[in-house]
Amino acid sequence: MKTIATALTAGAIALASTLSAQADRHGSSAPITLDPTYIQECGACHTAYIPGLLPQRSWKKIMGDLGNHFGDDASLDGATQTQLTDYLIQNAAESGIWRRSSRMIDSIPADQTPARISETRYIRRKHHEIDARWITANPQIKTMANCMACHPGAQQGNFSEDNVVIPGRWGRWEDD
Amino acid sequence: MKRSILMAAALLLGASAAQAAPVDDLLAEYQSQGAGPFSAKAGKTFWTKGFPNPDGGAARSCATCHTGDPRKGGQHADTGKLIDPLAPSVNPQRLTDPAFMAKWLKRNGTWVTGAELSPQIKGDVLTYLRNL
Repeated sequence: MKTIATALTAGAIALASTLSAQADRHGSSAPITLDPTYIQECGACHTAYIPGLLPQRSWKKIMGDLGNHFGDDASLDGATQTQLTDYLIQNAAESGIWRRSSRMIDSIPADQTPARISETRYIRRKHHEIDARWITANPQIKTMANCMACHPGAQQGNFSEDNVVIPGRWGRWEDD
Repeated sequence: MKRSILMAAALLLGASAAQAAPVDDLLAEYQSQGAGPFSAKAGKTFWTKGFPNPDGGAARSCATCHTGDPRKGGQHADTGKLIDPLAPSVNPQRLTDPAFMAKWLKRNGTWVTGAELSPQIKGDVLTYLRNL
C-alpha cells in the first residue's frame, strides 16, 4: 500500500515538474484571476495590472496617494481603499504568484519605489524593440500604460509574445 | 395565441420598468434637491460643451472620452483604455446601478468641469442617455 502511495506521489511530482517545464518553455503559466473589486474600481480607467508587476512598497506608495493618482483624483472610500491595498500587497511581486515577478523585482534597485510599471528596467528591456513612437502615435494604444491594447491576456498575467497583437495596421507581432 | 402575446407584452413591460427604475431613483433624488424638470436636449448640449483643461490641452467634455455619440464606444483620454457605449439602447448594462452612476457622474463630471455637476445637469445627462 505504502509502495503504491509512494509511486503515486512520485508520479504526481514527475507530472507536475513536466507541466511546469512546459509552462516555462512556452512562456505562460496558470491564468491569474483578479479580485472583482479591483477590476471594477481600478480597471474602470486602465488595465487592471496584475499585482505581481510591482513590489509591495510600490503598491503602498500608489494606494497612499490616490488623491493625486498620476494627476487624477482616484480617491476611494476608506473601506475599499483598505481592502484593495491589502489585496495588492498580499499579491505583490514578492508573493511569487506571477512567474515573472522575480525578474521584475531583480530589475528594481532596492532604494527605488517605482510607481510606473512601464518605467521599470524589466519592462523597458522587454520592449526594447518597440519604438516609443509606435505606441504614442497609434491612437488605439496611446501610452505604454495601455497593456491590454497589445496584450489581450494582460489581466490574466499572460504577456506571452505569441499572444501580442498590435492594433491598427501592424497586426500580429512577428519577431525577427 | 392572444394570451401568449399578452404575456410577452407583460414581460417586455416588466423588463423596461425594471431598467427604468434605477435612473428614476436618481432623478427623484435630484428633484428632492430642487432640480427638474429634466431635459434630454439640455443633456445633449452639455454632452459636448467644452471646459478649460487644467493641463493646458484640448478642452474637456463628456465627449472627450465617450465620443459625441454615447451609442458608440469611447476611449479613456489618458490611459487609452476602451470604454463600452453608455447608451442603454445599445448596452443594456448601462444605467442599471444607481451607486455606479452616482460615482461616475461625480468623478467624471469633476474631471470635465472642475467641480461636481449640479443635480440639474446630472438629471439632464441621464435623461439624454436613457432616451438615445
